[in-house]
Amino acid sequence: MAEFALPQNSKVQKGKAIDAANGAKRKKTFKVYRWDPDDDQNPRMDEYTIDLDKCGPMVLDALLHIKNDVDQTLTLRRSCREGICGSCAMNIGDGKGTNTLACTQAIDEFKGDISVRPLPHMPVVKDLVPDLNHVYAQYTSIEPWLKTDSPAPNRERLQTEEDSTILNGADGNGPAACILCFCCSTSCPSYWWNGDRFLGPAILLQAYRWIADSRDEATGERLDQLEDPFRLYRCHTIMNCTNTCPKGLNPAKAIAEIKKLMAVRR
Amino acid sequence: MKLKWDNEGMKSPLARARGLGSAHEGADHWMKQRITAIANIPLVIWFVFSVVSIRGASHAEFTEWLAHPVNAILAILLIISTFYHAVLGSQVVVEDYIHSEWFKVVKLIGTKLFFFALAVACIFSILKIAL
Repeated sequence: MAEFALPQNSKVQKGKAIDAANGAKRKKTFKVYRWDPDDDQNPRMDEYTIDLDKCGPMVLDALLHIKNDVDQTLTLRRSCREGICGSCAMNIGDGKGTNTLACTQAIDEFKGDISVRPLPHMPVVKDLVPDLNHVYAQYTSIEPWLKTDSPAPNRERLQTEEDSTILNGADGNGPAACILCFCCSTSCPSYWWNGDRFLGPAILLQAYRWIADSRDEATGERLDQLEDPFRLYRCHTIMNCTNTCPKGLNPAKAIAEIKKLMAVRR
Repeated sequence: MKLKWDNEGMKSPLARARGLGSAHEGADHWMKQRITAIANIPLVIWFVFSVVSIRGASHAEFTEWLAHPVNAILAILLIISTFYHAVLGSQVVVEDYIHSEWFKVVKLIGTKLFFFALAVACIFSILKIAL
């Protein structure tokens, strides 16, 4: 039935505090979520105070400085460091925290100590690394590739400028600009409660990207697969997805478009 | 009951994500919820307005008011629309928050029967006064 309390081993404790600033003028404290699957301990928040002159301007720069020079046991994912790969998505803030990309989040946007946690409500592999197996499998389940029955042409499949604008957006922020960082899905309460069956904003945005593609010939089949009380209709327009998207995309609008198509085809 | 979307054992992630497949429904529920919501706006405004206007009326005056065909018809429409909306809404709440499959089924059927019985009782009462 309903569970109201956190499982015993998920209570986050206070961790160690390391001052690596050596009395520097520009210093900042980062409270970082730590959990090791091998030591049977509860998760903890370790505090690292660092000299901001020793690292770049972004939160990812600070985390890499901590890993390289302060505490090498810290584990995180990162790759491109320019907001394109989506690997360093995590929950960052000096208050309640927001899901965003550590590489595009400037440190000086925060006044107080900065908390860094893994993406909410996902199983944690270690420290800031969430287990994304399920959400990747959900991505596979919408068959994110062009499907056609017409014979392949001898050249590219053509599309009008208007049709490509639906995918790319007039401002470049259309559904095709999604980098699959899952900031949106992991900010969605509906995805927290029913993520086993609800596809979540990231996957629905991608589903819409293929539904809206003028070159794709499987629109009806795609809509059939989505028409389900859980897969699609767990979305209650909470809008956290759109608020949190670090790329400025609008998954909520894409989901609304899918719901509109469901109504139109009846 | 173990279900395909439960995360246990050595299930492949894709098997879990696909689960039992699409139920191919939900659009109808979504549309009806919105249609009843829109219908509720004028009906509830009429209801609030009526309650205010017949405030302090005697029993005889009230029954006479409700027996008027326009009032009786609007009252029945209000009952149907609000109760239908309540059934659809409570279904969403149950699906959102109850994760035990057997309890969910009991709750879904139970709330539907409860609201249906309540609506029938209300409509019967209105008809008894009006006819």
